[in-house]
Amino acid sequence: MELPADAPAVITADALRADLGCFPTREQYHDLVAAFKADGFEVCADLCAVDYLEHADRALPEGVTPTRFEVVVNLLSMSRRERVRIRVQAGDVEPEVDSLFDLYPGSEAMEREAFDLLGVIFRSHPDLTRILMPEDWEGHPLRKDYGTGRVPVQFKEAPGPR
Amino acid sequence: MSEPTVRTAERLEALTAETSEGPQELQRREATPASELGREVGSVVRIDDTPFNPDDVDYERADDETMIINMGPSHPSTHGVLRIMLELDGEIVLRAKPVIGYLHTGMEKTGEMLSYVQGATNVTRMDYLSPIINELSYSMAVEALLGIEVPERAVWIRMMMSELNRISSHLVWMATNGMDLGSTSMMIYGFRERELILAFFEKTAGLRLNLNYVRPGGVAADLPDGWEDDVEVICDTIYERTFEYDELLTGQPIFRQRMVGVAPISAEEALALGVTGPLLRSTGVPWDLRRTMPYLAYDQVDFDVIVGTYGDNFDRYAIRLNEIRESVRIIRQCLERMPAGDYRSQDPKVTPPPRARIGESMEALIHHFKLFTEGFHVPAGEVYSAVESPRGEHGCYIVSDGGPKPYRLHVRAPSFVNLQAIPLLMRGASMADAITVISTVDPIMGEVDR
Repeated sequence: MELPADAPAVITADALRADLGCFPTREQYHDLVAAFKADGFEVCADLCAVDYLEHADRALPEGVTPTRFEVVVNLLSMSRRERVRIRVQAGDVEPEVDSLFDLYPGSEAMEREAFDLLGVIFRSHPDLTRILMPEDWEGHPLRKDYGTGRVPVQFKEAPGPR
Repeated sequence: MSEPTVRTAERLEALTAETSEGPQELQRREATPASELGREVGSVVRIDDTPFNPDDVDYERADDETMIINMGPSHPSTHGVLRIMLELDGEIVLRAKPVIGYLHTGMEKTGEMLSYVQGATNVTRMDYLSPIINELSYSMAVEALLGIEVPERAVWIRMMMSELNRISSHLVWMATNGMDLGSTSMMIYGFRERELILAFFEKTAGLRLNLNYVRPGGVAADLPDGWEDDVEVICDTIYERTFEYDELLTGQPIFRQRMVGVAPISAEEALALGVTGPLLRSTGVPWDLRRTMPYLAYDQVDFDVIVGTYGDNFDRYAIRLNEIRESVRIIRQCLERMPAGDYRSQDPKVTPPPRARIGESMEALIHHFKLFTEGFHVPAGEVYSAVESPRGEHGCYIVSDGGPKPYRLHVRAPSFVNLQAIPLLMRGASMADAITVISTVDPIMGEVDR
């Protein structure tokens, strides 16, 4: 599988199960997805984020600078029956990438989930609020430094963590 | 007479603070930005090049002409704890916004704390109507990382169980959809037939609902003696009864009035929203992962992908009814062609030694102990595996760091994505149709909230 012709020059590698893996920078990310969309990838199948706190030196293709947070997008082409996986290094402290909402409206809920559980900011997302956790929740539970087991159950009005 | 201790206004404020989800909720029009307003009326996906058509929203409308009401989270027709906030003009829905998270139990986080052996017990609880499918996508992801082959018999057992599961899931859908529309007989029939399948699951795996049957490396147990007869009875009974459902519902005038032409969605809208499963196929897009990106042995069996034309409620109903028949067809082929052999991989990395060996060999005992305490290590890497669940593409993204537990487990739940179609489907519909919309989108809150 090849990159679309008008895509920015990104680093690629073959991921498992023969999906093409792309490693754009944060600046290339939106353009790359737009190029794939124009190239026949009709559906944004999945979007999630990963916190690599304990694996700052993980193996990535040469030229990719690993950051703590990574946003992983799985695009699906129904006409060509292919998948492509885009892994963008989103930043260390305040992870922030462009929203795909203008390309794939269906990524809206998935981006909200990534924001809610991992604290990734999606620029120009129409409604970036918590989706699974209550509005007044502190912290982002899927982060690796999020303390678990400190407070058995948190409800509104209950004393907060610590 | 002493004064009441709590003043009404204060009490009301406290109640609102306790139950309010703040910005997650549907806000008044004047407090809502245009892009958000556009999303709530489902206009975002209607056009190709511009992300939002301002003509779709009636800005002039005053807030005091309309009413924002809550439906759910504990409403009988929301199939769990789905809460939908609706803006109504009389009986017509103007805007809708699903507010979810009431069943969130942090299962993805839990998945990071459980070894790969235990992981299947966790994922099976996500979509509680199709446990086998959850386990399957999880197991396939782990197997891809491990690079192990699954014996042929295990593949066919998995395929047969998936299809049985698909039938039972669709039967529950038929039952609850019937109930939503006032057909209580369908409610009883659906659950009656599903019981046959659950009884077979119990006989095979020991459990009726959260089976933990498909595990990395194969399945937990071989099919029980005499399974052919059981499965044949299930196939014959259910196939015959689908025609009774036809008689009960398909031509029924009241049922048709509530389903035909109600809440249509076009193929472009469905693709833009990323919805999959019967919801997508109802628009005429023949996308079924079993056919288009075959896994297991689906490329070796005969079946038809059912598609609709209009994308309305009735198409979604007809697709599910006919998928039951197609699943019966696949199961019959599994019955005929079930290969002999192992039901799980003989790779000692994932499979414990046979019970008899543990009594006589110290190494076998240690091996067994290590496998169930520490679990097996999976090579570092990441993988996305997708299977066709009764609700659409069920994906599992696993990141492994080489340890015995997944570093990150993410599940792409079809209901979670499909739920985004609700504002679009409900717009302009009457309140009564809103009920049928929720029903035909078929969200399972266990997997929406995970």
